[in-house]
Amino acid sequence: MRSPVRLERRLEQPKWLNWVVPLASLVAALILGALVLWITGKNPFDVYQRIFERGFAGKRAFSGALEMATPLAFTGLCAAVAFRMGLVNIGGEGQFYMGAVGASYVGISLGGSPTGITIVLMCLGGMVFGSVYAAIVGVLRARFNTNEIITSLMMNYLAAIFLNYLIFNSKSFWRDPDSPQFPKGKTLNARADWNTYSIFGIDLPIAFLIAILAGSAVWVLYKRTRFGFEVGVLADSPKAARYAGIRTTSTIVIVMALSGALAGLGGAADVGNFRGLLDAKGIQMAGYGYTGIVVAALARRNPLVTVVVAIFIGGLTKAGYALQGPDFPSGLVGTLQGLILFSAVAGEILIKYRIRTTPRRSEVVA
Amino acid sequence: MNSNIFIIVIASAIFYGTPLFFAALGGIFTERSGVLNLGVEGTMLIGGVTGAWTCLHVGGSAWFTITVSILMGALAGGLVSTLLAFLCITLKTNQTVAGLSITIFAGTVGLSSYLANIWKVSKQPVPRPIRNLDVFGLSDTPIVGPILFHQTALTYLSWVLAILATIYLFHTRIGLQLRAVGESPQTADAMGINVVKYRYVHTIFGGMLAGVGGVFYSLAIVPLWVDGMTKGAGWIAIALVIFGFWRPSLALLGAYLFGALQSLGSTLKARNVQISGDLLDALPFFMTIVVLVLVSSRFAHRKLGAPAALGVPYEREER
Repeated sequence: MRSPVRLERRLEQPKWLNWVVPLASLVAALILGALVLWITGKNPFDVYQRIFERGFAGKRAFSGALEMATPLAFTGLCAAVAFRMGLVNIGGEGQFYMGAVGASYVGISLGGSPTGITIVLMCLGGMVFGSVYAAIVGVLRARFNTNEIITSLMMNYLAAIFLNYLIFNSKSFWRDPDSPQFPKGKTLNARADWNTYSIFGIDLPIAFLIAILAGSAVWVLYKRTRFGFEVGVLADSPKAARYAGIRTTSTIVIVMALSGALAGLGGAADVGNFRGLLDAKGIQMAGYGYTGIVVAALARRNPLVTVVVAIFIGGLTKAGYALQGPDFPSGLVGTLQGLILFSAVAGEILIKYRIRTTPRRSEVVA
Repeated sequence: MNSNIFIIVIASAIFYGTPLFFAALGGIFTERSGVLNLGVEGTMLIGGVTGAWTCLHVGGSAWFTITVSILMGALAGGLVSTLLAFLCITLKTNQTVAGLSITIFAGTVGLSSYLANIWKVSKQPVPRPIRNLDVFGLSDTPIVGPILFHQTALTYLSWVLAILATIYLFHTRIGLQLRAVGESPQTADAMGINVVKYRYVHTIFGGMLAGVGGVFYSLAIVPLWVDGMTKGAGWIAIALVIFGFWRPSLALLGAYLFGALQSLGSTLKARNVQISGDLLDALPFFMTIVVLVLVSSRFAHRKLGAPAALGVPYEREER
């Protein structure tokens, strides 16, 4: 009893597949999404048209896409960096929160410093908090072989509780003392606001440029340095890495810290470039960390592509927020993102394997 | 006597631990066959929302409505995990990412929330919640009454399942073959066991149990549907599989331990004990990490470790 279709491992992976397959998975996801919409009594064309209009078409929509893409680029890079080593860091969410905590601490403290210095120091604050938080997961994994997937996820919940504590259940440094009735974060000094440039009428947040910079830096690190090479060896063959004398333990911790630093940078951008305060509810609702996993998977872990994919997913997310209402229920965009991730995962198979059809038995006999 | 705090905590630990155990037992079946299901959280949520919808729309006696709701929740969970099985077993994708994609697709801001919206079940109290029973009229018996005779029907079912699952896994031929599939699919295949079939069946059954766990949230614990109401229970269940060393009996104990941690907050608050709510909320997640670190040590793994082929797709050609 053999199935008529089987998968055969490709000996060589043609380069063009790396482009065609993700695009094809995107199309497949849209078709699956249309199916879900159609089954639940919505007009798929109508929904997609509105997503396109509100998410991408026109200067205002595209500005919105870039705004949303910025945190997603960072969380996408966070996931991609860890994936490259075979580590699954789904703690980007919590590391993002911690980054926001660190950066807003710096931002509130540095009342009158020049904007440029403030931006740099806030970025550092976010990176330090994010990377330390992620490094805990890395140490547990490296030292005790603890499953990093579950620990990093548990750390997300802990970070969320910590965030709520800071803003809602304590009189912390981050909380606005002038608003005891409606707890919210302390607003940053106006000079701590990060720049947003206007180019041809499109708002380009400086944090998006930082994201491009970070993506390029990761690309150089993984493609052009000894450390990147070692990470690659560790990912593909841990045994070979051990024989070659590559230090597994410290590399795991460093990669996790790097991954967390990127997410923390995203948290800093969220505070500095967009919200101007530590918005405990807002950043939990956004779920940038989880969406970043979708971004990284669709970008096939390539750091530069991650930034580009973030714009696409960013527009989709932005449209979801803008359109939310009775005939555009919340959860719809999340469902679409899930389908995109599915298709991206399933698409991987077409890069690794060739689909062969086995001839029918009668033909074989003949 | 029965208002003693220890008795209340134990009784509610069993209550809150029940959905964790259902999901963890599902995880045990799935992982014993060599498939890692990181989609438990999403699967539970889909089961929960389907159960709530069914309960709102199916009339009849309480028993009938609740039974149908549980079955529908199981069915929905089974469907979601069929998707996972297809990705992991047939397409041989990376099981970690496949499971994550299930949780993102079905999760808090995904399909479960979308369905809740279009089905209009959000925050609608279910007409027939799952109630604690008064078994043999013994619920007032000192000490054992609240703990043993005042639980939900699903809790009693879970005790039966724990026993049946232990017998199935360790004392039947099929169970032995299942473990062989999880340990060494090549050997199992050579013995004439259909690896693909074993993996599909147990992944789907595992998803059905996770779906039942979700129904327990929307019909018993709250009892109405709130988006993302499992709040990480699915992930704790995955940790419980590891914590329970892939054995139903230990997973049951673990589930009640975590059930106790979850119920501690509301119990203490009801007693006006001054303790930070945030600290109590953080306890289950913190303990999950602690427990995972403890059981990940090499010593524990030597005798009671994971199925050897866990997370590895089976490729016949590459024997």
